[in-house]
Parts: sequence; structure tokens; C-alpha cells
Amino acid sequence: MERYLRQTMIEGFGTQAQQRLLDSSALIIGLGGLGAPVATYLVSSGVGRIGLCDKDTVSLTNLQRQILYTENDLDLPKIQCAHKRLSALSSHTVFDLYPDGISDENADQIIAGYDIVLDCTDKFATRRLIDRTCTRLGKPWVHGCIDQFYGYLTVFNYRNKKHYADLHPDAESLADPAGRIIGTVGPVPGVIGSLQAIEAIKLLSGVGECLDGRLLMLDFATMTANNIEF
Amino acid sequence: MKVEINHKEVVVPDGCDTLVALLQSQGISEKGHAVAVNNRVVPKAQWAGYAIADGMQITVIKAVCGG
Repeated sequence: MERYLRQTMIEGFGTQAQQRLLDSSALIIGLGGLGAPVATYLVSSGVGRIGLCDKDTVSLTNLQRQILYTENDLDLPKIQCAHKRLSALSSHTVFDLYPDGISDENADQIIAGYDIVLDCTDKFATRRLIDRTCTRLGKPWVHGCIDQFYGYLTVFNYRNKKHYADLHPDAESLADPAGRIIGTVGPVPGVIGSLQAIEAIKLLSGVGECLDGRLLMLDFATMTANNIEF
Repeated sequence: MKVEINHKEVVVPDGCDTLVALLQSQGISEKGHAVAVNNRVVPKAQWAGYAIADGMQITVIKAVCGG
């Protein structure tokens, strides 16, 4: 417990909330710009069991924002590099590795084993798969996404039972742009991923109020925020 | 009549008295966008009949997939 002192000393958090975190599990889908801070903070905060799910390798252009990796990791599987780094951060954390990524074939089986899901993917199709599967299995999921200088954050399928399609009714028709590489500056996914980690900690510890049926929109170019009900 | 769209002031063109007409006048596609008025999402089915009023704060939420 000593290593978690700075959070257990918070009034309303305490060792009880910390114990809930230690007993909890979270699945992180995507270990890129969002997944890097999400994984780091969930491990450092004491979430007991963490699933890492990604099938990509580290490339040079990842290093501008994906802060889990170094030049020594180029061309290596992200999951292998992330696991090495995160294990060094906390030897108590149990890690489950899913190097094949998530698909229609394995989504139910993987997601069923966790309390919550962190959506750190970069594809509409994967988000729809997370939405369908979490709805079927009754799992809350923390959604983050970014593009250039803005990012969004919300929690789906929690107490208000809001779904991706409640925000984007034409979600089924959203196509992943073929060949389009999304530009951003590194701190944008860094901030949104950090906020996803806060929402996850609140969900798992039972402390605070989540963005349940509310979308936080951050425009980093103008530093303006909207908190939108849907 | 003036409204704000994503924190920028916009003079509503004559005849654009509904949400759908205003979005069209600004070149904002219906596809791939959600819209909130005064920080509450307006279901797409209501856009055609949703009257624009002076001072409305409109937020266009583009569906994005980056991570």
C-alpha cells in the first residue's frame, strides 16, 4: 500500500478504494498514443490485472507521441516492448497479452474477462466491435479519440447505458479512411489518454463521477472545452 | 441573427431558420457529424424541424477515429 500513499491519503479514496483497484481488471485495446499513458497510469495506480491488446510493431513516426517506446524498440512488437516497460514499473501487476489484437472471433472471449475496457484504438471498425461486445456483455468502456488538435472523451455503457450509436447514429456507416494518416501533436493523445486513465480509476475504485452520458470535447488549438450531454 | 458554432460567431444567412439549413449553409455535412445545441445533442431526426434562435451555442462534433 505504501507506494500508493499519494492517492490513499486523499479524503474519500483511502485504502478501501485502493483495494478495489488492486482487485480490479482492465483491458487496454491499442497501445499507441492513447494506450501509452493509459497503460502507464493504470499500472502505476495499482489496477491488479491488465490486458494489453495490440498487433502492431514500433515505427519511427510512433516515437513522437507513443511514450512507452524508445529507439531501441524500432520494429519490435509494441506489446512486447510495453510489457517489458510496464513490468519494470510494477512487479505486482498481472499482465495478459493479446498480440493478435481484437477481432470478431476473439472479442467476446477476451472482453468477458475484464471489469472495464479502455478504447485506445485508431479505427471506427474496432470501436463498433467494442461497442457491440461491451453492450452484449454489460461492460463499461472508456472511449477516447483524437484528431490533429482536438480530442474527445466519454464513458459508454455505464449506468446511463449510452452507446456509441447514441452519439453517432450513423456509426455503422463511418468508414476508416483508407491510407489517411491522422496528424496530431504528441501531448494531444497524451492528455486524452491521461483523462481516460482518470475515468478508469474512478470506475474501478468507485470514487468520483464519470463522464456517463456526457462527452468532453477538448480543442487544444484554442484551449476550449465543451461538456456535452447525449 | 447570430449564433456560435464551435465557439466562433456566425451570422445566420437569411432563410436559414432550421438547424439543417444552417449546417448546409456552412458546408457541414450531415454524415459523420453529431450536433449539440447549448451543450445537449440534438438527435439527427430533429434537425430539419429544429428552429434556430439568436445566441444559440452550436457544437458540431465530427466523428474521429485517431488514437
